[in-house]
Amino acid sequence: MNAIETMDLTRKFGSLTAVDNVNLKVTEGEIFGLLGPNGAGKSTTISMLCTIMKPTSGTAKVNGYDIVHEPGQVRGSIGIVFQDPSIDDKLTGRENMEMHADLYNVPRDVMHSRIDEVLQLVELEDRASDYVNTYSGGMRRRLEIARSLIHYPRVLFLDEPTLGLDPQSRDHIWSYIRDLKKRENITIILTTHYMEEADELCDRIAIIDRSRIIAMDTPHNLKEELKGEIIILQTNNNDRLVDKLLETELADSITEINGELNLKVKNAHTALPRIVELAVSNSVYVDSISIREPHLDDVFMHFTGREIRETGGRALTGMGARIRGSLK
Amino acid sequence: MITPVLWLVIFGSGLGFSLTIPGFNYQQFLLPGIIAQTLLFTAMFLGISVIWDRQFGFMKEILVAPIGRVSIFAGKMLGVGTSAMIQGLIVILLGFLIGIPLSLYAVCLAIPLMLLITVGLVCIGLIIASFMASLESFGTIVTFVNMPMFFLSGALFPVMNLPWWLKWAFYVNPLTYSVDALRSVMINGWHSILPLEYNILIIVVFDVVTVVIGTYAFGKRQ
Ligand SMILES: Nc1ncnc2c1ncn2[C@@H]1O[C@H](COP(=O)(O)OP(=O)(O)O)[C@@H](O)[C@H]1O
Ligand SMILES: [Mg+2]
Repeated sequence: MNAIETMDLTRKFGSLTAVDNVNLKVTEGEIFGLLGPNGAGKSTTISMLCTIMKPTSGTAKVNGYDIVHEPGQVRGSIGIVFQDPSIDDKLTGRENMEMHADLYNVPRDVMHSRIDEVLQLVELEDRASDYVNTYSGGMRRRLEIARSLIHYPRVLFLDEPTLGLDPQSRDHIWSYIRDLKKRENITIILTTHYMEEADELCDRIAIIDRSRIIAMDTPHNLKEELKGEIIILQTNNNDRLVDKLLETELADSITEINGELNLKVKNAHTALPRIVELAVSNSVYVDSISIREPHLDDVFMHFTGREIRETGGRALTGMGARIRGSLK
Repeated sequence: MITPVLWLVIFGSGLGFSLTIPGFNYQQFLLPGIIAQTLLFTAMFLGISVIWDRQFGFMKEILVAPIGRVSIFAGKMLGVGTSAMIQGLIVILLGFLIGIPLSLYAVCLAIPLMLLITVGLVCIGLIIASFMASLESFGTIVTFVNMPMFFLSGALFPVMNLPWWLKWAFYVNPLTYSVDALRSVMINGWHSILPLEYNILIIVVFDVVTVVIGTYAFGKRQ
């Protein structure tokens, strides 16, 4: 059975369509990622699936319950960690957990053992009786994850679980999520705008951009779709090399990220000598060269023609690059 | 909590000289008005503070739990109502302390009345919160809802001696009847605008209407 199935799920805010006819199916037991830049419509999708926002049109089923007509049953069967903090920091960690357990009618006699169990999972058992306002950002996030698990939800929503966290806290949270999948028969749907996160954790990914799903597959297949490799070059004159490369058919796409040229090619081993030759014959000095497998960043680039991160990097593919070339 | 004391003591003794209500001490007259004011302000402020919960995401945690919208509304009402009642009771205590004549019997009658009054006021706060997206318009609400409701309720001066055209502003204000009802039970020999039963009836009708609208608006908005 599908844990989640959406049917033309749509949400409008006035004239803005935040989620546009989204159709997706999430199988029981998988970790499914919604990957997209800020403002793509990820949180809005999650809000509708967990019934705190009504769709403008279309609907979805979560654990077999309709989100519009059976919101009560949906709520009882899911857990959610919102993008924005939603714990009461004037209570202790344990008090937050107890309140949540009460809200979800967890029986009193098993409540404390379950709280201990989930606190252990996120390694917060030692800090449980401290007030949450003494916790770090990463600890709060871990507490929220623990809290969302007390009532043994069958589907867990994590909206940007590692947003704004330091790399160490992020690694922790990643390992809890992997643990969870191993230990419980739980379906996890997470949103992120970190490629790496989606790549690391998800069994399947939907790439969402400007309110629409533009690609959906396993990370492996999405990368396969690129059918190629990435050559990274550092040179003393990127612009000249780009102009010359555009005259050839050597690279499928060219991106410049933090001063490095990323060339997508079909086969790096045959393309590399040609590229070096081209550089040398145009007296462009090459500082370094490396080859890598495509990342999800490249996949996002491929499908949208844009870089997922707002900072650093500019896309020089297709028309854009040509226009830029001819302007000089 | 400082405000009601200031009102009672300073305003009470200050205005007392210029305003005489035959047969009563002005502070005695003022106390029920200040109780109503305290209930009004606490209930409205805390009611509107639901927006705050919403902005800080805490409300989401409640809204996504498998509990009905009506119970969330009722819970919020209970919480805010309790705070307002506590504030109101403190004002009564202050009244005692500054020597306003009050019988225990009067207090026993006043408490259930205060409860009735609070329900409607909390609901107004929650209704306003349902229609507001952010706390930015909070000041406007205070200026255009709280202040008129307070000043046009007879909390500070008797309604009876006002010109007829101004009286209407008081008569459409539900708080007028709350203040009047409180005075009926707290001041011996008070000549009320309406008989106590009618006052109570008006308050109850107001409560029912605001509860119905509130439950609906609250469920819709969230
Ligand atoms: N309550 C709202 N009212 C109006 N616009 C909204 C609201 N929530 C989200 N939006 C808009 O909808 C779009 C999608 O937002 P969101 O789902 O939060 O994106 P994401 O989570 O992918 O960053 C954005 O343009 C955002 O400004
Ligand atoms: Mg978001």
